[in-house]
Amino acid sequence: MEFFVQILINGLNIGFLYGLAAMGFVMIFKSSSVLNFAHGELLAFGAFFFLTLVSAAKLPLPVAFMGALALCFALGFVVERIFLRPLIGEPLIYVIMLTVGLASIFKGLMLLVWGGNLYMFPPILPAKLSITFAGITIPPVYLLSTSIGILFLIFFGLFFKYSSQGIYMRSVADNQSAALSLGVHVRRVFALSWAIAALVAGMSGIVLGIINGVNVHDLSSIGLKVFPVVILGGLDSIGGAILGGVIIGLLESFTGGYLSASLKDVVPYMALIVILIIRPYGLFGLVEIERV
Amino acid sequence: MNDKPLLQVNNISVVYADVIQVLKGVSLAVKRHQIVSLLGSNGAGKTTSLKAISGLLKPENGKVTEGTILYNGDNIQNKAPEDITRKGIIQVLEGRQPFKYLTIEENLRVGTATRWGKPYREDLDMIYEYFPALVPRRKSMAGYCSGGELQMLVMGRALMAHPDLLLLDEPSLGLAPLVVKEIFKIIKQINEEQGTTIILVEQNANMALQIAHFGYVMENGKIVMEGESKELKENPDVKDFYLGMGTRGDTNSYRDVKAYKRRKRWL
Ligand SMILES: Nc1ncnc2c1ncn2[C@@H]1O[C@H](COP(=O)(O)OP(=O)(O)O)[C@@H](O)[C@H]1O
Ligand SMILES: [Mg+2]
Repeated sequence: MEFFVQILINGLNIGFLYGLAAMGFVMIFKSSSVLNFAHGELLAFGAFFFLTLVSAAKLPLPVAFMGALALCFALGFVVERIFLRPLIGEPLIYVIMLTVGLASIFKGLMLLVWGGNLYMFPPILPAKLSITFAGITIPPVYLLSTSIGILFLIFFGLFFKYSSQGIYMRSVADNQSAALSLGVHVRRVFALSWAIAALVAGMSGIVLGIINGVNVHDLSSIGLKVFPVVILGGLDSIGGAILGGVIIGLLESFTGGYLSASLKDVVPYMALIVILIIRPYGLFGLVEIERV
Repeated sequence: MNDKPLLQVNNISVVYADVIQVLKGVSLAVKRHQIVSLLGSNGAGKTTSLKAISGLLKPENGKVTEGTILYNGDNIQNKAPEDITRKGIIQVLEGRQPFKYLTIEENLRVGTATRWGKPYREDLDMIYEYFPALVPRRKSMAGYCSGGELQMLVMGRALMAHPDLLLLDEPSLGLAPLVVKEIFKIIKQINEEQGTTIILVEQNANMALQIAHFGYVMENGKIVMEGESKELKENPDVKDFYLGMGTRGDTNSYRDVKAYKRRKRWL
């Protein structure tokens, strides 16, 4: 029973982080219909920025965290400006191929700068912050990552629901030509969605790095895990991305715990195939509103 | 005030995808504070003319290849829609295109994009005054509105931008006659109370000429007739082909069409 609960908690936590990463992916897809194959690399960048700021620059943790997020935000913005903007209006497949290319470039860059090693963080949070309850221990990093994740969700939820910029962003996702006709700066919206997506991905990367260690290959491969997550959740649903993430996280964690660690990485894709057969639009895909 | 037209379209040609020529030398002049109606049958090039003015040709791979468009004395042909909207030209697209997954009020707020950061509460109140039917629906998703409500919504959304020149593309399309009447009444009201200059594209020539000051008739990418609304309403060709009140019997007969085409050459 204790084992079960421990695995449940692990799964929920990791899954929540997958969900956050996928949320950024969905955001880019919703605003510009681009599938970003370099998403895992954005995640890895977040972790490496944080690692560098913590261990090389020796900044205090909260400062390093905010700094890494700011760098991710800037990175997303710059990537859109330099690489994606020239391709606006070109066939989508070009843009998607571009992100595939970007993934290789990013990975190469990270290998060049940080190498392919696995870096472990020194225990960042004092162990006495962990919660022990009925023989189950919840490590502090889980508590922290979940709280930060929830704060992010609330913040972006409010941003998209109430702020004018958030509403402009949603309008572009909804009907681009109508948004253009009202003077919404569509290119700025694209840039902003890349920046926010990179920031959210970076934050999942930082936390996953703290939990599992920082390694280019491991973190980038989470970019592939985003696919079962968003297909499960429906490509266009941000809430679905979170739920999809949690489900994939649980599947992984239970497979790893009860079956075998080597199956852990296969099961999400098996789930993906089954789901695509049963529900081609994902479990939580937006129901198309018919014109009245 | 200023006697010069607010908008002057001089002999423009528009080509889509570098090869499909749709407008062939269109000229229009729109005076300040007037409603100018652009009439014509399907495929005449009305929508293309509006998009040439608002800059929305660009995303459709269309281009003004000849001629000029002057707005307030500035050349605006082939400028980006972000720039043109910020000069005060807002187009209401054909076919009522709401943001389906946004609420009515959120849809209206998108209309503030050209003046982001400025207060907009009073403008919302003004829109709800023009379109009281929207008030009880302000929190519901636009995708679930009726056609009449949607037309009000997209017009209200455009008004949120404080346009000097409003381009309306077939607002009456597919609406019940009573709703059409209401919509046209409001268009006239907006023109009179806000001083908004309006280009009204319509196939419903009868209604359009009732509220417009001036009218143009378009065929095959060319302007074939123009005049004060009063004159156009009395013109036998307009009566025959756009007002559906033929003076020569059955207006739809092939013989009449041929006669019309013959006469049109002289226009
Ligand atoms: N994006 C486009 N690409 C190619 N041809 C187009 C495009 N949009 C419109 N056309 C063509 O231009 C002509 C005029 O269309 P349009 O301006 O929509 O006319 P109207 O609004 O008067 O019905 C039509 O023959 C139409 O097929
Ligand atoms: Mg049209």
